Amino acid sequence: MEPSVTETPTSRTIVMGPRRSPLSSSRVALGALMLRDVRVLWGDFAIFVLRTIVQPFLLCFVFLYVFPKIGQSVGGARGEAAFATVLVAGVVGISVMFQGVQSVALQMSQEFGYTREIEDRVQAPCPIWLVAVEKVISGAVQGLISAAIVLPIASIVHARGVEAQIHLHWAVLLTLVPLACVAMGSLGLVLGTSFKPQNIGMMFGFVILPITFLGGTYYQWTRLAPVKVGSWHWLQTIVLVNPLLYVNEGMRAAFTDVPHMHLYVVYPVLLAFCVGFLSLGIRNFRRRVLS
Amino acid sequence: MSGTRDGSPADGDPVILTHDLTKIYPGADFRAVDELNLSVTSGEIFGLLGPNGAGKTTTAGMLTTRVIPTSGRAFIAGVDVVAHPTLAKQFIGVVSQSNTLDRQLTVWENLYFHGRLFGMSARESRATADELLAEFQLAKWATASVYALSGGMAQRLMVARSIFHRPAVLFMDEPTAGLDPQSRLALWEILQKLNADGQTILLTTHYMEEADQLCDRVAIMDHGRILALDTPAGLKQSVGIDTVVTVRAAGDQGALAAALEAGVAGITSIRVTPDALELRVHDGDRLLARVIAVAEAGGFAINDVSVAPPSLETVFISLTGKDLRD
Repeated sequence: MEPSVTETPTSRTIVMGPRRSPLSSSRVALGALMLRDVRVLWGDFAIFVLRTIVQPFLLCFVFLYVFPKIGQSVGGARGEAAFATVLVAGVVGISVMFQGVQSVALQMSQEFGYTREIEDRVQAPCPIWLVAVEKVISGAVQGLISAAIVLPIASIVHARGVEAQIHLHWAVLLTLVPLACVAMGSLGLVLGTSFKPQNIGMMFGFVILPITFLGGTYYQWTRLAPVKVGSWHWLQTIVLVNPLLYVNEGMRAAFTDVPHMHLYVVYPVLLAFCVGFLSLGIRNFRRRVLS
Repeated sequence: MSGTRDGSPADGDPVILTHDLTKIYPGADFRAVDELNLSVTSGEIFGLLGPNGAGKTTTAGMLTTRVIPTSGRAFIAGVDVVAHPTLAKQFIGVVSQSNTLDRQLTVWENLYFHGRLFGMSARESRATADELLAEFQLAKWATASVYALSGGMAQRLMVARSIFHRPAVLFMDEPTAGLDPQSRLALWEILQKLNADGQTILLTTHYMEEADQLCDRVAIMDHGRILALDTPAGLKQSVGIDTVVTVRAAGDQGALAAALEAGVAGITSIRVTPDALELRVHDGDRLLARVIAVAEAGGFAINDVSVAPPSLETVFISLTGKDLRD
């Protein structure tokens, strides 16, 4: 059969030139990459849900059920319920972060390392940066789903009377949660393109753990002031470099009425983290696939 | 030649064209590819043959947008691949050296989502995926995980995926490296069939048999340059040798070489390998009888003599003085 070009391609027609503009071709490719991720997520949805709820469930179970039951109180007198309110927002925050790590960083590190799948993915008819951005979008969507699953669980797993005071601030919730998800997906991109699969243990030990424990998950940033040397509130200052802090403080503003960092700070800083992580992540990504 | 939607190069039009294409990797002090000028015509199987490090994979990388050239230009069907990678990627197919199948999808889904990626409708992608699985004898693995496939089957699936969108050029980097001989033959057959259907293929290889059997034209590369470019037959003729005689004999190989060179007419050169002598002969008369007579007259006990036509290996050795395997 002679190579030929017709307007409607069939599987037997050789394509002797681009059919679509770069914009149209990229839009189609982005859609297909998302479709593939939806397919994979749907295929493993039960595992996805389990993976998402294990950590929040255990945190709430230990801190909000076991502790009160055995009288190991956190938060001082009558403080258990207040602690529950603080913790619930933090639990949603770390779930979103872990989703970014799990669905973007671990995935990408593997595709670069063992499976080399990325070599095929970057032949998709779209700019290379879009392949990276698609992973972030996909991670952010999974983060949103996690947040939606985890919030109800975190607010029902507790001992009697240790109830989180949930009060949804919809305007904040609908803007901040997606922003937080994109920021954590972008963090995943930076981590996934920086750590080789054999160094993933190091990533958890030296990056994820400090971020989790010093990210305002178990406490409010506004109450860190008493930790100081002389007049320097060192902990309150140092943790400001932690992106998870702004996610958790933002979640507090979105779900509760407890004091939190001012939203005038949370929004721009989270936005800055998105931009910073995305540009660094895309730069890393391009360096890994182009030479 | 035209890069527009209406361009329909007939057989014989250049579909790959490079001008002084050069790549120096950051930190390297040599040119991985050195001012390469290549013209591959529509409908041919074109081979880049050379040892590891010759610049074949870098060349293929530049043509498939993965490697950014240091200088020079490259066009596929008239589209500048460096300036317009998103246009170029729409109509090239790539099979890389490693298994790049999507491990989280089934065999069938690997094809289906590739079609969607390249803008086919769901219906068309489904139909094409079914068709290709049957054609590549993978139909009964359709719902299997790609982990279940053998090396040869995975390679077939990668070829099926790469031609799913009917690319103008199929690029294959060392397509049969690591395959068992049977799978290699099967893949050669597939590529020949695709080519018969009009598929232009550019492959890189360091197996001379592969280049010889499969390619319409072969460029022999070393140190980033093309040393010779012709049909396999043309290359073999170009070295001025019509027979290669391999002699295995006991005794001083140097002395035997000297005796044969003096006593046998038509020898153009002799290559001494650790276990044999290779005589390159042009227009030798009564060759075998002369070789045996001269060797025995010199007191050498011959263990084995074999005669073969020159191969691409012979061409490579006479161009570079070294083995392809070195």
